[in-house]
Amino acid sequence: MAQVSLRKLFKRFDDTEAVRGIDLEIADKEFVVLVGPSGCGKTTTLRMIAGLEEVSAGEIAVDGEVVNDVPPKDRDMAMVFQNYALYPHMTVYENMSFGLRLKRYPKDEIARRVQEAARILDITELLDRKPRQLSGGQRQRVAMGRAIVRNPKVFLFDEPLSNLDAKLRVQMRTEIKRVHQKVRTTTVYVTHDQVEAMTLADRVVVMNRGRIEQIGAPNELYHAPKTRFVAGFIGSPAMNLLPCRLEEDDRGLRVRLSEELALPVPPAHAARYRSHVGGAGLTFGLRPEHLTENKSNGGSPLGMIDAHIEVAEPLGMETLVFFRINGLDVCGRVSPNAGAREGARMRLCASLDNMHLIDDATGAVL
Amino acid sequence: MTVASLATDAATARRSRYGSISRDRRWALRWSYFFLTVFAIFFLMPPVYMLITSLKTSQEISAATDPWWVHNPTLGNYIELLTSPTYLAFFRNSALVSVIVVVITMLISVPAAFALSRMRFWGSATLATGVFLTYLIPETLLFIPLFKMFALVNEYTGIQLINRWWVLLLLYPTLTVPFCTWIMIGYFASIPKELDEAALMDGANYRQILTRVFIPVALPGLIAATIFAFTVSWAQFLYPLAFTTSADQLVLPVGIVTSLIKGDVFNWGQIMTGALLGAAPPLIIYAFLMDYYIAGLTAGATKG
Repeated sequence: MAQVSLRKLFKRFDDTEAVRGIDLEIADKEFVVLVGPSGCGKTTTLRMIAGLEEVSAGEIAVDGEVVNDVPPKDRDMAMVFQNYALYPHMTVYENMSFGLRLKRYPKDEIARRVQEAARILDITELLDRKPRQLSGGQRQRVAMGRAIVRNPKVFLFDEPLSNLDAKLRVQMRTEIKRVHQKVRTTTVYVTHDQVEAMTLADRVVVMNRGRIEQIGAPNELYHAPKTRFVAGFIGSPAMNLLPCRLEEDDRGLRVRLSEELALPVPPAHAARYRSHVGGAGLTFGLRPEHLTENKSNGGSPLGMIDAHIEVAEPLGMETLVFFRINGLDVCGRVSPNAGAREGARMRLCASLDNMHLIDDATGAVL
Repeated sequence: MTVASLATDAATARRSRYGSISRDRRWALRWSYFFLTVFAIFFLMPPVYMLITSLKTSQEISAATDPWWVHNPTLGNYIELLTSPTYLAFFRNSALVSVIVVVITMLISVPAAFALSRMRFWGSATLATGVFLTYLIPETLLFIPLFKMFALVNEYTGIQLINRWWVLLLLYPTLTVPFCTWIMIGYFASIPKELDEAALMDGANYRQILTRVFIPVALPGLIAATIFAFTVSWAQFLYPLAFTTSADQLVLPVGIVTSLIKGDVFNWGQIMTGALLGAAPPLIIYAFLMDYYIAGLTAGATKG
């Protein structure tokens, strides 16, 4: 069990800066997910925590003790790799016990721990097999087992699910969460998949270009993104982002998206936005689920949009509809019974209580 | 005519025009067998000729009536050689030198290859290329300067290096180490990086990574390198010819030539027998390790 602190962490490779000043406090037993597009520095950060990359500047501390110069073998961390990295010449049992055997644990203690981990992961019957006799999902379990038996201070996961097919990925995601609930080891998990990040994490760290964009609980990131990048990155399908202008007349504040279309800003937001009236360089953000068929439930200020549906993607429980506002693609989510058809006209209502307004100059959500 | 038969006719017509995969394959196989047979005959002719000659008496050989047939087969040559202390001494010297050279080569080239391929240090890439380049220098260029060097060593230290069989233990590794290191570098490079990182995270140091992960995983490559080193030392001719002279210091290839050719008298029966017996050990090793050897030669070359 351990706390991990990253302080002003930098990593330079020759002339590129992969990680540019990261500050992060990871609490004991916490499950933290680093998420971001490829090249954002998340894996480099993880490898620095593991000790597989040297730190260019800054500090990594475990339980208050700086470990910058401690070699990986003495950091007491276990890592699960994207391609599993199982030792091909060893059986599952030998793979899982390798770390313990190196540390010369007594045989019965090793056997007990391996059996326990195998039971948790449901791989008891695979212990005598070689990695090449296992499926992808089974290999992934063994890789996790190898980490669990060591009972390390910290678990590090480097995109462990990206080599699995979609169905198995969902299954293993649940498995990882279940394992973490059982063993409660501090975990740092790297992924580029924001769904994985949202479902697994106690806290999500969104990274972009070597910096942290935002740290927060999954729901916080989803509902209250702080930057344009987070707003666009978290959520699938992504948030609709459209250039807009703020206007005010006697009916109140309005967001103008095109010559024909202006949506009323709800009073709760109006005070925050008023100073930006008339200013240029604003982006309006609204998630697809807040753009649905007209349910005519009145109450909150509903902005109505007449949409000419270009593409409809039925997903079963809902249908995604795509149309254009001012030449830009916009996505909405409607009920499968709403009768969305390609080429049809549809009246969609925007739930503007959930709107976001982004300042283009700073990228900050207002 | 039914629709189905029309379709079949069309299919037949198409096949006859473009040929079929199975027919292409059949032709490819025919050509393969043809060339394989030609090559097999070509390469097997010398050993078969050696075998035939080794079973003849000197009289029959010099009569030269029928070079490809034995009229009065005899095991005389074999018995004579296998009971001759000189020939057995050559054999023992060869075996001793080859086995020790293999051990020395492996002890140097495996750790060297590991260091050059995995432990990133300044100049490691240049060094790896350098190791290979030394292999490209032919021994025919080296033996004269080496001879000179050994003479100097003798002059200054009094240590006699010439005409000692064990000096071959210093010389052969100059041929085997670079190539074996190169093979092993290629082989180690095909082992995914994550494997050593996983071992590092599991608490292994570099020595343990080498002995407990790399060597077992790269075993086919290791065997290939071993076979290579053994073959090179077993068959080496120039260095022992240049550096050893007295009968008790000679190794097999040189021993056969110097002891069985007396002046202009060629004892062909025994030369052939000696060469044939000398070729046996590598042949036996190849036969046992052939599968590994081929896997080793190809696996290092491409990824996966």
